Amino acid sequence: MNLTGLYTLFYKEVLRFGKVLLQTLIAPIITALLYLLVFGQVFGGRVQVFGGVSYTAFLIPGLVMMSLIQNAFANSSSSLIQSKVTGNLIFVMLTPLSHLEFFLAFVLAAAVRGMLVGTGVYLVGTLFVALPIHHLGFILVFAFLSSAVLGATGLIAGIWAEKFDQLAGFQNFIILPLSFLSGVFYSIHSLPDFWQKLSRFNPFFYMIDGFRYGFLGASDIAPSFSLLVVTLALAALTGLTLLMLKTGYKLRD
Amino acid sequence: MHALKGIDLTIERGEFFGLLGQNGAGKSTLINIVAGLTRFDAGRVTVLGRDVRTDYRQARRLIGVVPQEISFDPFFNVREVLRIQSGYFGLRANDAWIDELLTALMLNEKADTNMRALSGGMKRRVMIAQALVHKPEVVVLDEPTAGVDVQLRKSLWTFINKLHREGHTIVLTTHYLEEAEALCGRIAILNRGEIAALDTKARLLARGIGHTRRVCITTQDPLGTLPEALAPKVLRQEGNQIELQLDKTADSVIAALDALRSRGAVITDFNMEGADLEDVFVELTGREQP
Repeated sequence: MNLTGLYTLFYKEVLRFGKVLLQTLIAPIITALLYLLVFGQVFGGRVQVFGGVSYTAFLIPGLVMMSLIQNAFANSSSSLIQSKVTGNLIFVMLTPLSHLEFFLAFVLAAAVRGMLVGTGVYLVGTLFVALPIHHLGFILVFAFLSSAVLGATGLIAGIWAEKFDQLAGFQNFIILPLSFLSGVFYSIHSLPDFWQKLSRFNPFFYMIDGFRYGFLGASDIAPSFSLLVVTLALAALTGLTLLMLKTGYKLRD
Repeated sequence: MHALKGIDLTIERGEFFGLLGQNGAGKSTLINIVAGLTRFDAGRVTVLGRDVRTDYRQARRLIGVVPQEISFDPFFNVREVLRIQSGYFGLRANDAWIDELLTALMLNEKADTNMRALSGGMKRRVMIAQALVHKPEVVVLDEPTAGVDVQLRKSLWTFINKLHREGHTIVLTTHYLEEAEALCGRIAILNRGEIAALDTKARLLARGIGHTRRVCITTQDPLGTLPEALAPKVLRQEGNQIELQLDKTADSVIAALDALRSRGAVITDFNMEGADLEDVFVELTGREQP
């Protein structure tokens, strides 16, 4: 293992978003804050979620996870497509970094970005409501696994896309709707039967539901099952990404 | 579609090797295969005995490649770029060597400048430094002087020559015959993915390659029939312009001009250039390139 190489690529990826914090950290926190203000005001007291839990306390973990999902994805995917389009990816491809080291560096950097944004949204949320912490372990494990899943998904999208346009399509037609329709704003038990069943096919639902359990101690389904789904998703996406990187799909043509 | 067909080539340790060919001849494909940037379906490629597929880590540590296209990471300054590049190769404290490279490539004053703010020639030099951060024994330069002004070209030649004297194996691709002549010991000429010629520079030149020059003559009135002696040397004749291919030693330019004047032609302009790769291909293969 070329640990120095892995660390350098990870550090470079973190430095990259660190140089544009306004866009990579502050902006998503502001966006989440707006959701919190608007939805909290409109639905607060009107929407019934878990018994005894205020809507705002229900909403905040969902917003944290949604921001984490979107930003972890954005980090690896936009870095990769930029390096591809501008051509500077070649300087990484020429080095002895293995496909595994490449994968870990990008995914870990994406996880750092996702979790930083998530922490920021959480901190802003605590200004509105005192959020309980039922099980810190669940919170951290779901935060890390989910951001890793999205970091890997971002790599796949970045490898596959040849133009910014294609990546934007991936983001707007897959990531954005899936993260919106995953129970961020509602408990799926409030949905008609058909939509409840459909939600079960959305992997983001398990991320949000399990993560929310860590705070509230209540969830739509058993958190251990959510953990299993998210872990399996990470394993499958890791396998796929490593295969793409190892064969050089679209990167070493 | 095969960009390369049955290339069997061994470049010796310590050699200064030139890879020549027109655009699309397969030079970059060959370089990219050696560098691990392009997959290949058949054959075996090694760098100092290390297989570029099965032992890619070692192979890539031994080789430094300066890509043809200028590209850079706009997030970083020159020193950051070189530190990061060192890190990829597992090197942590590499600043002493980075400073040496910056000095040698006249980039000292630009160490803290963002890559975006550099001129094209400076970016090219940063790319050379990037290829050398891990002190590779083999240095491959893919058209290092394409689009570079004359002054910088000469200083790059000096720098590359110095690397060679210090013991590096150098592989240079170019489509300037002049560049290969000035620098390389042995030269391979690629044509449509195949090696059209492979020999030392001296022997290639002795075979007459590069021994011709083109002369373009403009006359006041359109030329009629040409003197017999000139007819076989005509590359092109259009109106009042005629282009000749003359041997540098056997043919005299003055004699050609005199022959035209003797037919009453009034010469208004003429210019000469050394053989270019196209001429070499014509000499080698006896046919015009498409």
